[in-house]
Amino acid sequence: MTRRRGFLLGFLVVALLVAGGLSYFASSSPDGLDTVARHGCQVSETGGGEHLDGTCIAQNAGEHAAAHSPLADYSVLGGKGTVGIAGVVGVLVTLALAGALFRVLGRRSPARQAERGDD
Amino acid sequence: MVTMVTAMHMSDGLVNAPTSLVFGAVALVVLVLCLVRARADLDERTAPMAGLVTAFVFAVQMINFPILPGASGHLLGGALVAILVGPWVGTVCIAIVLLVQALLFADGGLTALGTNITNMAIIGVFTGYGVALLLRRVARRSRGGLVATAFVAAFVNTVVASLGFVLEYAVGGSGGASLGTVFALMVGLHALIGIGEGVITAATVGAVVAVRPDLVYLLRGTATPLVRRSAPSTPTAGGAA
Repeated sequence: MTRRRGFLLGFLVVALLVAGGLSYFASSSPDGLDTVARHGCQVSETGGGEHLDGTCIAQNAGEHAAAHSPLADYSVLGGKGTVGIAGVVGVLVTLALAGALFRVLGRRSPARQAERGDD
Repeated sequence: MVTMVTAMHMSDGLVNAPTSLVFGAVALVVLVLCLVRARADLDERTAPMAGLVTAFVFAVQMINFPILPGASGHLLGGALVAILVGPWVGTVCIAIVLLVQALLFADGGLTALGTNITNMAIIGVFTGYGVALLLRRVARRSRGGLVATAFVAAFVNTVVASLGFVLEYAVGGSGGASLGTVFALMVGLHALIGIGEGVITAATVGAVVAVRPDLVYLLRGTATPLVRRSAPSTPTAGGAA
């Protein structure tokens, strides 16, 4: 295996481990923006989600148009304990999209003739 | 009364429709410019790197770390991508992550894509890159200098990106909190998140520069990089040349 491929493969493995494994240990508390949006409201858990009482920005939030996507909320079909699978799918989809776009853009690059790779 | 699901980015409805539209247009115009300029930074060596950096940011954004009881933060990635693949490619990287999150994972509203891209991709990346450029002499001097630059650039990119939301809320917020409260809370929380962003960015850039300093955008054009390839370059038996 060439050095370059070794490095890129290592990078991918790290991303897959983070999304597929470390994601189980992520905090489930609201993030910074979400915390601000909920400021002023009392949040109570209900069967279908969270209920907000009081006055806060998050009360204006609408339901997500893709809320019924099979991967919504980083789960597979809403199943418990599927965040890692959703994460791995996300990494691969992102890589496929970005990889294809950047390859196409690179082909039209003026820098293409500059160097023919080092491996 | 409303039920909502946990989201990491702005949901639909936090700002009014005209504001969403304006920032959607801003995001679109800047993204097209970035796509055009990105071509010059992409070749067969850097394009795969850019793809992987994008996937890596998606992965790390999933990892919310606690900052206060009941509050968390996650990587935005602006300085990270700016230092590794440059501002033009980097902005596209973050935009792709946000697009995948919104369309597949219902994270970040569809009408909020413009504001989310403006904040995290455009403001975040270019702020991170600006700070990294200011510190470039330090960054190019040693590996430690680059890692320190990464930390500072990431911290600043987080706080400034959070101001993007404050701006959008000021322009067309749907209400629910005073602007002063929103400003103070956003900056305060994101100063804490910025420390996490700094640590993750410094660690990632440090790892890349240890193995492949030639792939670090900020170090491009360095005549004799002090940061040498230190990885054991063991040619595998019969390996391809």
